[in-house]
This record gives sequence, C-alpha cells and structure tokens, in this order.
Amino acid sequence: MRSSRGKLLSGLGATLCALVVAIAVSMGVGTRSIPLSTVVGSLFPFPPHDMDHLAVRESRLPRTALGVLAGAALGLAGAVMQGVSRNPLADPGILGVNAGAALFIVVGIDVFGINALNGYVWFGFVGAALAAFLVLAVSSLGRGGATPVRLALSGAAVAAALTSLTTAILLINVDAFDQFRFWRVGSLAGRDGSVIGEALPFLAVGAVLALASGRMLNALALGEDTARSLGRHVHRDRMWAALSVVLLCGAATAMCGPLAFVGLAVPHLARLVTGPDYRWILPYSMLLAPLLLLAADIVGRLAVRPSELQVGLMTPVLGAPVFVLLVRRRRLAEL
Amino acid sequence: MTHSHGATGRVAAAGPETVAGHAARQTVAAARRRGRRRTSAVTAALVLVALGAFTATLALGEFDLPLPEVIRSLTGPLFAKATWESDFFVLDVRLPRVLTALLAGAAFGLSGALFQSLIRNPLASPDVIGITSGASAAAVVCVLVLGLGGMAVSFGALVGALVTATLIYLLAWRSGVSGYRLVLVGIGIAAVLSSLISYLMTTTQVSDAQRALEWLTGSLDGRSWPHAGTLALCLVPLLPATAVLARSLAALEFGDDTATGLGVRVASRRLALLAVAVALAAVATAAVGPVPFVALVSAPIARAVLRGRGPALTGAALAGAALMPVSDFVGQHLVGSTELPVGVVTGVVGAPYLLLMLATTNRSGRGG
Repeated sequence: MRSSRGKLLSGLGATLCALVVAIAVSMGVGTRSIPLSTVVGSLFPFPPHDMDHLAVRESRLPRTALGVLAGAALGLAGAVMQGVSRNPLADPGILGVNAGAALFIVVGIDVFGINALNGYVWFGFVGAALAAFLVLAVSSLGRGGATPVRLALSGAAVAAALTSLTTAILLINVDAFDQFRFWRVGSLAGRDGSVIGEALPFLAVGAVLALASGRMLNALALGEDTARSLGRHVHRDRMWAALSVVLLCGAATAMCGPLAFVGLAVPHLARLVTGPDYRWILPYSMLLAPLLLLAADIVGRLAVRPSELQVGLMTPVLGAPVFVLLVRRRRLAEL
Repeated sequence: MTHSHGATGRVAAAGPETVAGHAARQTVAAARRRGRRRTSAVTAALVLVALGAFTATLALGEFDLPLPEVIRSLTGPLFAKATWESDFFVLDVRLPRVLTALLAGAAFGLSGALFQSLIRNPLASPDVIGITSGASAAAVVCVLVLGLGGMAVSFGALVGALVTATLIYLLAWRSGVSGYRLVLVGIGIAAVLSSLISYLMTTTQVSDAQRALEWLTGSLDGRSWPHAGTLALCLVPLLPATAVLARSLAALEFGDDTATGLGVRVASRRLALLAVAVALAAVATAAVGPVPFVALVSAPIARAVLRGRGPALTGAALAGAALMPVSDFVGQHLVGSTELPVGVVTGVVGAPYLLLMLATTNRSGRGG
C-alpha cells in the first residue's frame, strides 16, 4: 500500500466534501442561476408557482441525483470489472452491457415505437442483463471457466455482434437513428424522478455486492492459483462480481445512456491515489466517478448557455486531460 | 563373427537409450510434421475461402454474369472478347471493390496480430493507439463539416489516424513506452475524439449523420480503382517490412529481459513494429472505414485453427483477407434489395465464430 490508512481516509473525506460541493453547485447552476437559499427552500413545501423552486424540484434535483447514482454505479462497476478481468482495458461495457442496452432500445424504437426516455429504461436494462448473461455463459463454458482472457474476448465478441445488429437497424430506419443518436451520447437531462425510483433497488444491491468484494478482488489480483490457495472459490467469486457489475452498469446505462469513459478511467485514477488495494479503490471510485460526472454536467450546462452540452460529451473533455496527465506523472500501479 | 558380435554387444549396451532417444525424436518429428501439415491445410483452406468470395463477388450482383464471362473479362482480350456489360461490372465496379476488401482485410488482420503480440493483450486492437478514433473523427469532420466525399474522406482519415497515433505515442513516452501507459493514454484520447464525433453527429441533419454512420460502420460501397490502387501501393513497402521485422516478434513475446538476452534491440524493434502495425491499420481504415472486429478476431482465429501460440502473422493476414470479402458478399446479398455495409456483417459473422471457439477450446487461455 502506498499511503497510510489515515491519509487514505482523509483523502476519502476530502473527495466526499468535494462531491457535496458539486451537488450544491449542480442544484444552483444552469440556464437560470438559483441562489443556494432558494435551493434549500425548494426542498421544503413552497408556493406552487415559484419558477425557481419548481426548476430545482422538477429538473435539477432528479438530474443531480441521477448524476450521483449513475456516477457511483459506473465507478464501482468499473473497478470491479478491472479487478475481475485483470485487464486495464476492461470497462463495464466489456460484459456487453452497453451494446445490449443499445440494441434493445433501438429495437424498442424500431419495432414498438417507444419514443420517451422513461420507456427506454426497461428495454435498456433487460438488454444489458441479457447481453451480460450471454457473455458470462459463453465465457464459462470451456473447462477453464470464465478466465479473464475468455471473459474479455467473449465480451468483445458479443458486443461487436450486438453493435452490428444495432447499426443495421439504424442504417435502415432513419427515424430510429434520429432518436437513438441522442441517447447514445449519454445525458442526465430530461429523466424524471420515477426512473430513479425504479432503478434504485438494482443499484443498491449492486453497490452492496461491489463494496463487499474488495478482499475477493485483492485475492484474484494475485492470480487464480494463489487466490484458490487462499481459500477463494474463484469461479463463484467471479460470478458474484459479474452480477454486481451487471446490476450497477445495467441500471446506470439504462438511465443515462452509455457513459463508457467514467467506468474506464475513474478506477485507474483511484488506483493512482490508493495503490493496488481494492478495499480502497472501490470507495474512491464510488466517490470520484460522481464527482467527475457532476462536474462535467455543470460545465456542459454553462458552456453554451442557454443551450447545453450532454454530460457524455463533456466527461471525456474534462476527464481525459487530467487522466493523461496523471498517467504520465505517476509511477503506475499495474493490474 | 567377432566383429558382428561386437557390434551386437554395442547395440545391446547402448540399446535402451538410443531406442528411447530415437522414439522421442520420431515423436517430435511427427508432431512437427502434423503441425506443418495442419498449417498448410489451414492456409490452403483460407486461400480457397478468399478465392471463393472473390469469384462470387465478381460474378453475382444486380447483374449476374456466368463464370466464363467473368474470366474472359479478367484475362482481357487475350483469349476472347467479353461483352461490355461483363467488362463494366467486373472490371470497373466489382474488381476494385473486392480487391480493396482483400487488401484491407489482410492489413487489418496483420496489424491486429502485431498489436496483440506487442502489447500482450488479447483486447488490444488498433483502436488502442487511436487509429479508429483518429480516423473516425477526421472522417466525420470531412463528411459533416467540410462536406467532402470519396477519396478526400479517405485521405483525411489517414491523416487523422496517423496524427492521433503519433500524439498518443508521444504522450505515453516517458523514457520509454510501456504497453500499459500506451493503453491508458489511448483510452483518454479516444474518449475525447468520440466526444467530438458524438457532438457532430447530434448537431447535424439526420440524413448527413446517417452518411457519416455508414462510414463509421465500415463500408466498401463505391470503392473504386483509386481506393484499391492507393491501398495496394501503400502495402507494397509495408508487407515486406512486416516480414523482416516480425522475426524478432517471437523473442519479444518472452518479455523484454529475455528478448534482450536473445540479442534483440528491444526498444527500437518494438517502435519499428508498432509503426508498421499502425501504418497497416491506418491505410486499411482510410480505405474502408473502421470495420469492426477484423483486426481483433483474425489473430485468435488463426491461432485457434493452427492450434499454435505465438503471433501467427501469415494466418492472421489470410484470415482477415478471407473474412472481409466474405462479409461484403453476405452484406450485399443477405437482405434483399438493401445493401448492408461490410462492417455490419463482420460483426455478425466474426463474433459467433469467436464465441464458438471460446466455448469449445478446453484449455484456459486458448484462443487468446
């Protein structure tokens, strides 16, 4: 471990504080700026026609909550995925989650004529879960079980096949493409509170599973044989971890669209701070990811006022320079 | 008599060892023979598949041509004059397209095998060093912002790919380039470029965006002689260079220390190999767009059918060269009148095969 326990704990506290600040800013800033006192006031009963209060309640609050939840979910899922696959290129999408969600949503638009964001959510979640199930099933068929290499390859294969089908539909159906291109960017805007309520149970179970997997991931990081000799059931552990990734990433993708960069980059950033111990990487990822997502969302709202840029566009623009700089600066703790 | 007795005695004395040694040598030789036989069988099969797709593409389409007619067109007025329809469809429309497919497929397969071997990561494909993202972003800018088409887009994509690859390499350089850092920097740059693509795709007319989507999928539609010729011209220096450089690839796979011990100048060799792999992928992407999966899957396919480890460069190139024309043929004829771009089909054709392979190989790590 690179830093002492105390340092890591205070770092975690600082990240949490930064996240709270980001939440407050996210509630107040946007096409119209709203003072903090009004933001707080709107959380309590307020006069029904006050536009500022309404804006906070109806738009900013769900949006911020979505950012926090989806960010935390993607950060955790990314960390677990990199731990299980022991591959720095593995984002949660490697389980086929993004590709599955995309295909089902496109089919939803094309065949069932769905055209509301709320309607996408269930299609997205079912698609994500089925794709992940397919990847896991295929990768655990051979005698060796779901080794990281098999997982990576079968994930890439399933994702490619599903993406091809999606593209085929999009090239034939212009209207579906017109709707889908906006979903594909990834955004926090325009989702209402009920979506979050539906996804919350999945996120909660997934988060508990992920946060509890720190020891297990540490053991797996030592290699399959060592992990087994430490008393781990390697196959069972991998399946639990994969389940948590599916729940977290599936729900997040269903709600906001594919936000691949967050799940991929944040665990690497966390690893730069914490060293290779997953018991620290997981909570750091859980707090750093929503921080990045909210910051990107805030910048996206302010950059081109009165219009705005989706969070999926802004996250890499904001995150990638920091990411590249850190990767260059630090001695890397490899997986 | 004494002589023969002595000889018998010597054989008897040395007998067990020699016999065992002989048997062992025979087993090894037999295994090698089997390996060689398998390699040549697989090579022949891949060449046959590629040839079959080649012929089918030339003969079939909107206007079906009988095979003798196709051959007459191909051989020119050497034997007998073909009809003008045959000349037009075979020589002007279908031949450049299928040649582009073959060459691009081989280049993709080769570059994917090189990358996977150099970075020692089965997920590594040319996207890692920004070929796909750089070429895609440049092409989308060309199509959507500058309103270009045809060869201009290809040229833009080539420039975009090479600039991005150089940028990623330089950013990852810090007294040497580790594979891990290269991968991470590549992720960062690719994410920014994909943001740019998404931005452009969501802020234009949907019909324009769909044209860009077709390029992003990878398509052979409208590829004519300039494309095929330029691609072939680019491959003329690249293929021999790969063949020369690849000799040290097997040593590099043992790790840097062992490779140095084996007398390989690791850093410069790796840079040269990386440059070749980047160039191969860049020219292929420029010609046909970022066709998914060919670079990623050719090497594993080659390794699985050859039952070997190691880079399997020839096999990967052949697998790519077979996969592309087959996929394009399927794409042209699968869904009635609608023509699907080759990139849609490579995913649908290649993926189940890789999955099947993963499911049926019984030793962990095989197929990767």
